[in-house]
Amino acid sequence: MADLATYILTASGLVFFIAGTVGLIRFPDTFSRLHALTKADNLGLGLIAGGVAFQTETWAQLAMLTLIWVLALLAAGTVAQLVARAALSTPEQK
Amino acid sequence: MSAALDLALCALILGVGLASMAGRGVFRAAIFFITYGLLVAIGWARLGAYDVALAEAAIGSGLTGVLLLAAHGRLRRLRAAAESLSRFNLPAAIAGGGVALSFGWAWFALPVPRAPDLTYALPQAGVGNPVTAVLLNFRAWDTLVESIVLLAALIGVWMMARDADWDAPLGLRYHARPSGVLASFGRILPPVGLIFGVYLVWAGAESTGGAFQGGTVLAAVGLVAMMAGIMRPPRVAQGAWRAALVLGPVVFLGSGLAGAALGAGFLTLPEALAKPAILTIEAALTVSIAVTLALLVLGPPDEGGQQA
Repeated sequence: MADLATYILTASGLVFFIAGTVGLIRFPDTFSRLHALTKADNLGLGLIAGGVAFQTETWAQLAMLTLIWVLALLAAGTVAQLVARAALSTPEQK
Repeated sequence: MSAALDLALCALILGVGLASMAGRGVFRAAIFFITYGLLVAIGWARLGAYDVALAEAAIGSGLTGVLLLAAHGRLRRLRAAAESLSRFNLPAAIAGGGVALSFGWAWFALPVPRAPDLTYALPQAGVGNPVTAVLLNFRAWDTLVESIVLLAALIGVWMMARDADWDAPLGLRYHARPSGVLASFGRILPPVGLIFGVYLVWAGAESTGGAFQGGTVLAAVGLVAMMAGIMRPPRVAQGAWRAALVLGPVVFLGSGLAGAALGAGFLTLPEALAKPAILTIEAALTVSIAVTLALLVLGPPDEGGQQA
């Protein structure tokens, strides 16, 4: 049962990662690429962390998985804002 | 299944390594280099060398990557634009290929060294993590010199400063809007990062971790705080920062001399004192490594340069 949950959650996480990567490659400008990268990939990471959470043995491992996801969310959100602002001030850069 | 994963990982490492060298432009090369370091870290983890994996991810990929990107930024500002990089550098290719070939030859031709048996030595080392035992007890000499090399590198960076800038705060001026995302990030991250960095050092005695890995995390925390405008960058002349820079090597050397004075020999730790001695050296080394790495990334004092 736990294995099944892991399979389903990590597989759907991978789908979001693939979608995010396709967006990163295919979208035309920095802002839409950031949109693909941060939103889809963070959801994918959350789903993968949720899937792996079914394999943890202790609460400490679960807490660390959660911490990893929260820190990645925080860093991705911040970096996306900074990259977007830098892209606004130098529009011609690809 | 795991063989497929390992094969894919090897292919990715080789591919990204090639992309890092063959791509045009310094920025692209630096980004591929960072990716390469992360993949190599996963490779080390697959081999069970978690200490090396952490060090590779933190220092090899993270810190070196930031240094390369900072260098790229400075080059671009000086308009010594990196794009003058020639597409194919024959001497470098020959030298790199030669090194790779000789390593390959050594792998096949030289006898496999017998791994020293740590079963008897490790209980006397004072710590349970064999990597820490080797780094700070059995081969303390290497680690001592490494910590001094870091210091020498920082002095080298400082020598690039203009005389007029010498009293200025280190690094470029960072502007963070007081209520912007970076300022918030700079407030949220340090508490977590401090705990994690200190945990890595403390855990290094018995399991994965150590002064270099923990020190890198602490350096990153300090850098984020400085970029967010929460912490003021130090100046060269500030005594407390200079003391923090030399604390690790001084404590390390001092304990080595104390070992000699006690009759055990230079850098040899008596068994009874090994654990407290190693923990003291590691704590001091962590402070110095964290400060040195952070100041290396900040760069020389530079009043004229502006950072967006």
